[in-house]
Amino acid sequence: MSDLKYKLVVGLEIHVHLCTKTKMFCGCGLEYGVTANSRICPVCLGMPGSLPVMNRQAYEFAVMMGLALNCRISRFTKWDRKNYYYPDLPKNYQISQYDLPLAEKGYIEIPLEEGRTKKIRIIRVHLEEDAGKNIHAGAYSHVDLNRAGTGLLEIVTEPDMNSPVEVRALAMELQRIVRYLGVSEADMQKGHMRFEPNVNLTINLGDKEVKTPIVEVKNLNSFRALERSVEYEIGRQLDEFAETGKVMEMGNKSTRGWDDVNQVTVLQREKEEAHDYRYLPEPDLVPVELDDQWLGDIKSGLCELPLQKQMRFVSEYGLSDYDAGVLTADRATADFFDEAVKAGGEPKRICNLLTQVGLKMANEKGCSLADLGFSAANVAELAKMAEGGDVSASAAGTILEKMTEMKENPQAIAEKLNLIQKSDAGELEAVVDEIIAANAEASQQVREGGKKSGKARGFLMGQVMQKTKGQANPKVVSEILGKKLS
Amino acid sequence: MEHLSAAELRDRIKAREISSFEAAKTVFARIEKYEPKIGAYISIFEETALAKAKEVDKKIASGKSVGKLAGVPVAIKDNMCTIFGTTTCASKILENFHAPYNATVVQKLLDADAVIIGKTNLDEFAMGSSTENSGLKKTVNPWDTGRVPGGSSGGSAAAVAARLCFGALGSDTGGSIRQPAGFCSVVGLKPTYGRVSRYGLVAFGSSLDQIGPLTKTVADAALFMNVISGKDLADSTSVDESIAPVADYLENLNQPVENLKIGIVPHLNAGADEQVLGAINDSINFYKSTGAEIIELEMPHLDYAIAAYYVIATAEASSNLARYDGVHYGYRTARPKDYIEVYSKSRQEAFGAEVKRRIMLGTYTLSAGYYDAYYLKALKVRNLIRGNFTKAFEKCDCVIMPVSPTTAFKIGEKMADPLQMYLADIYTIAVNLAGIPGISIPCGFDSDNMPIGLQILCPAFEEAKLLRIARMFESETNWHKVYPNIINHE
Ligand SMILES: [Zn+2]
Repeated sequence: MSDLKYKLVVGLEIHVHLCTKTKMFCGCGLEYGVTANSRICPVCLGMPGSLPVMNRQAYEFAVMMGLALNCRISRFTKWDRKNYYYPDLPKNYQISQYDLPLAEKGYIEIPLEEGRTKKIRIIRVHLEEDAGKNIHAGAYSHVDLNRAGTGLLEIVTEPDMNSPVEVRALAMELQRIVRYLGVSEADMQKGHMRFEPNVNLTINLGDKEVKTPIVEVKNLNSFRALERSVEYEIGRQLDEFAETGKVMEMGNKSTRGWDDVNQVTVLQREKEEAHDYRYLPEPDLVPVELDDQWLGDIKSGLCELPLQKQMRFVSEYGLSDYDAGVLTADRATADFFDEAVKAGGEPKRICNLLTQVGLKMANEKGCSLADLGFSAANVAELAKMAEGGDVSASAAGTILEKMTEMKENPQAIAEKLNLIQKSDAGELEAVVDEIIAANAEASQQVREGGKKSGKARGFLMGQVMQKTKGQANPKVVSEILGKKLS
Repeated sequence: MEHLSAAELRDRIKAREISSFEAAKTVFARIEKYEPKIGAYISIFEETALAKAKEVDKKIASGKSVGKLAGVPVAIKDNMCTIFGTTTCASKILENFHAPYNATVVQKLLDADAVIIGKTNLDEFAMGSSTENSGLKKTVNPWDTGRVPGGSSGGSAAAVAARLCFGALGSDTGGSIRQPAGFCSVVGLKPTYGRVSRYGLVAFGSSLDQIGPLTKTVADAALFMNVISGKDLADSTSVDESIAPVADYLENLNQPVENLKIGIVPHLNAGADEQVLGAINDSINFYKSTGAEIIELEMPHLDYAIAAYYVIATAEASSNLARYDGVHYGYRTARPKDYIEVYSKSRQEAFGAEVKRRIMLGTYTLSAGYYDAYYLKALKVRNLIRGNFTKAFEKCDCVIMPVSPTTAFKIGEKMADPLQMYLADIYTIAVNLAGIPGISIPCGFDSDNMPIGLQILCPAFEEAKLLRIARMFESETNWHKVYPNIINHE
């Protein structure tokens, strides 16, 4: 690799599968992993004479996304046919949106390290139908059309990303948003999200800047592949530039694929063929007019977006950016946490309980916090008990774990398990006196405050705890010891 | 019996004077005798039709309520999907295609207790004006078997004229119901775009296609409209009845339209046959005699209708017909080298010349760099034509003109010159571009005893008025009662 000064420039095209009940233009259900060609009808098969009918929910989901991405929402949008021949495309045209996308000119804020964020501009958001799948098997190819006609959201960003980390951050933030809004399950394994970065470099040659030819990497379906492919392209494009000096020109954009095994991009098409899709307005569908009432209804389905929530948890609750990030990774966790805090628990303590114990259990069981068998109010109560010294921090964790099985409130569990701490100063004072009397040497060392006082103090604490079977509130014991041996 | 109108037959069946079974038997007997000469049908469903007829008779006998077309033998153009039989579009590419569902209109006919006896011939994918472009068979004009029946609903028009059914459905993209109705001396109605569901109609030009009836009388056209009209949730372009209510088209049908103002467009008549114009003039004079006012209209943009039409219709067709690729259903070439050949050879071998011509034309006009010059410009012309009609209808209730500049031409006469064939659609095409309803009714014969059609046009969704105006003429004339002699005297 050469040591040229360069700047990475990446724009991203993202396809998101919407989790509507039915397909985009027919009544077929959306299910993954079912028998090939079992979720099909005359419409999504493109049978002669069949006609599409727009899925209103898909449209509303798309508008929600447009709003979440701060876009200008078109009050009038129409459908177009994109014509091309491929066996997995039954009509040999795809119903899409060409010149009047339903949302455009927005931005997304992405979280970077240390609570920093960056705005990436969104060019457009539009809806289209997905194609089916070609399955190659020996001499023949089969076509599975279960996916054909599924609602697909296409989001196109400006080339505003300048590092592989930013590209990954955008992809992940988008996943978080679609999940918060409930418009997609965004399950990468099921191919619910696909990424296509457009990558090139601006190279500084001292007296001038040049741009390397743009490469589009097709069909990436994991964050890792996305980040790696962009990283790989930096090196590859630098090498290529050093070798050939080729710069960006009209028509020299190329297409590459990602080879996951060898972790390299592979050339697919040298020159972007001027693909002529012969777009025409879809005559079988009427344009969509979005009036104030409808837009209002859609807006009411929006929620606080993840990054806002994350930042609020930091500013309002004093959490670290890291903790806030963990808690806002999904909406159910964030909402659960928020509810517990609102029920009166101390935020940091609740955060610790949830991130250190609750989420671990949820992950093990493959469910969300709310499904663990305790309520946010229970967690708030537990946090208050720990705060008031009724239970120790570690006992609180144990109690939370037990709450899933015992289905009782934290107080009852703490009592049953003998986890309530002794905080009664009078009672503890007697124990402390007893220990001091029995351990004169250690007591003296503490009093003298010399080198050995720390260890001696720890020893005395241990003796008190042993005597009380661990139920003494260490804070109170420490205070009494301090008073007695000063 | 074969000369009864659908409404008359239905009434007699309901009154149990004639059984539906008998009516169907009569039709099949006539088909056996005359169909070899006429060639109206691509498929005939004798067994299922007779069963359905019996079922309707049983219903009536048991006093159950029956539909509006109870027991009436009807035919449908073979570009409407039926779960029974094949839906071929008169194309080799769909020759053995069995649709998995019924078109909405087909279901509506069945629900109205009509007896579907067969599916009629057409120009392949409804592309043509003579039915000569059928990839499957030849249909002739019952008035002169050396002439074309018109098209593309030539099979439906010929079947009604030859009394091989009591009414039929056709589809009209640029005149395909009205022109064959005129050529065969039957009534043909193209409803407003959006009045009748297109679901299950195999698309040619989606923004222009509309299903309508071909019948013996205006009242039968109204009766069919009562059965097939209305919003269909499966067709987004069908119009909501809250915006344009569906009328009972039979109610008030016989009531003349008062203070009728008729628009005529003299400058369109330059190339028309003298005898055709004579019959149209006589018809206009008839309306004048009833007190109608005649208003001469300027509709300058109609001159560009054919050009705009052949851009828009072919552009849509090129996309609509892309699905016939040999991959999923229909004809597939025998030994493709690769999947590209599945496409290219299947299409090359199974599409007819006219279909290929239009696909190529449409593909060309949609191509990058040409879109603005052709398709976009054609859309602008379309808007201007709509504007011409809107302005015209501010001055008059309807516009009257011929259906076709000539009567039915000889078979083969225009096949060598597609442009001549296109230009013959001068009177019908603008109507589809404007989306308004139009009707063709019999209004005379030329010296060769070939029928002449009178075309009446009304504003969108005013089919009720359109039918009443047509009925005013029909009730005072006998042209619709004349049937082709060749059938009875040969
Ligand atoms: Zn479907």
